[in-house]
Amino acid sequence: MSAVLYDVPGPRAKARNRIANVVVILLVLAAVGWVVYRLNASGQFESRRWIQFQYTSIQQQLLDGLLNTLKAAGLATVFALILGAVLAAARISDHKWVRVPATLVIELFRAIPLLILMFFFYYGNLQWQLGIGPFWDVVFGLTLYNGSVLAEIFRAGIAAVPKGQREASYALGLRKNQVVRLVLLPQAISAMLPAIVSQLVVLLKDTALGFIITYGELLYVAKQMGGRLQYGFPYIPTYMVVAVIYIGLCSLLSLLARYLEGRSRRRRKITGAPPPLPITDAGDATREIGLS
Amino acid sequence: MLSVLTDNWKLFVDGFWTTIRLFLVAGVFSLVLGTALAGFRVSPVPALRGFGTGYVNILRNTPLTLVFAFLVFGAPKMQIELPSYFWSAVTALTIYTSAFICEVVRSGINTVAPGQSEAARAVGMTFLQVLRIVVLPQAFRAIVPPLTSVLIALLKNTTIAAGFSVAEAGAIPAVMAERGENQVLTLVWITIGFLIAIIPLVLLQRWAERRTAVA
Amino acid sequence: MRMRTLVSTVGVAALALTAAACGKSEPSAGGSGGGNASDSCGQLHKFTTASGVDVAGSPTFTKIKSAGKLTVGVKADQPNLGYKDASGKRCGFDIEVARMVSAGLGLDPDKVEYKEIPSANRETAIAGGEIDYYVGTYSITDKRKKQVSFAGPYFIAGQDLLVRKDDTSMDAGKTALKGKKVCSATGSTPIQRVKDEQLTEPSNISEFKTYSECVSQLLDKKVDTVTTDDAILKGYAATAPDQLRVVGKPFSVEKYGIGLPLADKALRDKVNSVLAAGEADGTWKAIYDETLGKSGSDSTPPPLEKY
Repeated sequence: MSAVLYDVPGPRAKARNRIANVVVILLVLAAVGWVVYRLNASGQFESRRWIQFQYTSIQQQLLDGLLNTLKAAGLATVFALILGAVLAAARISDHKWVRVPATLVIELFRAIPLLILMFFFYYGNLQWQLGIGPFWDVVFGLTLYNGSVLAEIFRAGIAAVPKGQREASYALGLRKNQVVRLVLLPQAISAMLPAIVSQLVVLLKDTALGFIITYGELLYVAKQMGGRLQYGFPYIPTYMVVAVIYIGLCSLLSLLARYLEGRSRRRRKITGAPPPLPITDAGDATREIGLS
Repeated sequence: MLSVLTDNWKLFVDGFWTTIRLFLVAGVFSLVLGTALAGFRVSPVPALRGFGTGYVNILRNTPLTLVFAFLVFGAPKMQIELPSYFWSAVTALTIYTSAFICEVVRSGINTVAPGQSEAARAVGMTFLQVLRIVVLPQAFRAIVPPLTSVLIALLKNTTIAAGFSVAEAGAIPAVMAERGENQVLTLVWITIGFLIAIIPLVLLQRWAERRTAVA
Repeated sequence: MRMRTLVSTVGVAALALTAAACGKSEPSAGGSGGGNASDSCGQLHKFTTASGVDVAGSPTFTKIKSAGKLTVGVKADQPNLGYKDASGKRCGFDIEVARMVSAGLGLDPDKVEYKEIPSANRETAIAGGEIDYYVGTYSITDKRKKQVSFAGPYFIAGQDLLVRKDDTSMDAGKTALKGKKVCSATGSTPIQRVKDEQLTEPSNISEFKTYSECVSQLLDKKVDTVTTDDAILKGYAATAPDQLRVVGKPFSVEKYGIGLPLADKALRDKVNSVLAAGEADGTWKAIYDETLGKSGSDSTPPPLEKY
């Protein structure tokens, strides 16, 4: 697509591009080299800053942290999907008294910063002694926010099915429930899937907010490890390792989203199903959908 | 209920003022960096394209909190100095948000009909001219709604700075807890504050959506 | 992109495998890392577990007996005070006090189950029965006495300043803080005192979740001093004596107590008598010298406040 922005390079342009290419590569290498030099000069590669990773108990802690991250993300995913489905159903209801409150709820939870949502549970628990731990603060916070975003994805997915299908179904005498369940949803799901999965990337990343309310997820463990004076405050080594884990996990999910998007695009060519919703991962996928 | 707000008026005002400053400064920087990155990603130079792709893929799959932690606890360890925690937060938000802006701008560039840039090339424009004079002005109109979404996300993301010693709106609850104030009411007021701050952005979005719908 | 992602994923897997393959269960003191021997928790104090103990009229004790184990709330990030080392072992003065009380209650101190409770959740954890008692730089205050009951005090601390070793500009104590960048834990009493007494300008105050993060910023010269109870600061100074020191001009009195459920007066009396016995027979002095005493300063047990 972007190839139309410039002419097929001629000999001079080719030479110019080659020079630019080399310059850019050199610049990037220089930047990387400088960072590595700084890291080395400030002793970040000293073995005392890495030695913690050798201890089985530390490995166990990292693993526990990772499991806590996945546990919160997994449970929140299930809850958010359920909440999203309920809110979306209410949102497309024919009854105004169902539709309007649902819309308000969705808009509200999408507008509140996630950290503040988690604070509601965290401080609410301290104030009223509800007996819910930081795990549930994280899960509930993630559920409310992502449930609202998913509700909009569901709604947009259903709205993306060509109007004629709906009209044809009603003409056949199907009830609204049947139209949505039998005709619209099956087609909408494949269009929604990429957007849903990429929203799950957002959800997974947001578990890292948990450390602020003392939930023992991966970043929390990393901060504990980095905060050991005995090992020269190895923040950089620990963050490097944790970053690799986060990026690896999220990339896997992103990859899945792209794959689903490609598949649904290919399928559309054959069956005429609705196009996939755009993936945004901006933490607010729905506005973009509103455009389409 | 009102006294929670009025008794601590200065705390709320200072907090939200810092939030807004974070948002504006990081927003402008992100727009500049994000647009440049999008330019990289469609440029004829393969190395630039590779750099842009790598940057976006890494940053989009990293928790913002981790970016913050790297800058606040990691950077000083390698003697990379930022003037204050406020600027550390601005840098973290910019690095993260620009990856999303890059993607929005890039998809905006793709919405401009190919014939336009072909015509521009036919009259002899270079890549940068095509981008600057023909494609970007049209792309920006189409991308205002998704761009606003990214900016709304940025506004909400500023609260993470509270975990890194920036006294913005997200840091208000901790102070109020120490003052023994009602924390849930505090949070209600913070929510109202954010709703008010988001309204102009949503209005901008709606307006742009209507305009593009007509065009 | 697909290739890149694959590479990073394989990288993670490989890393996890190698890590698992070369796991060490014990930190090698003074080994390849060149760290000193205080890297890890050493030998813990040996206590004699009392036998046939019964605390009549204590619901908490009944619960402990029927569960067969003791759950104690502690801190994990305060060197020589309440600390968990890289191998997962716990040590420090607060830990030893917790173990002393356990032995006095007739339960094997080596089988105590520890729970890390953040400062803000201490009252909730005690009242909700999540822990049986709490030992972790817990100052006795009138406000807290309304929510929990305290045995002790077992130690008297005071707010002090931790500075870089070569920095003498704050040796006068709190009056020298004007214009200095001060760091402490978010929402903690020490930082509140700095704010209330306007010891420095509001823009010079930094707050982080843990003291370790503040100390890290201190070493990186992003802040000039870390302020909190001297007991906590001494723990850091004892770990890196060539980089850090405590000013030694305390400007508050913090009486550390053992937090107990509010209504359980019987248990409080029992814990107080365990503390009194430990102070009388020299155990208190012994565990102090093995932990905080390593920073070089002496201390004596404070008188108990029985109420």
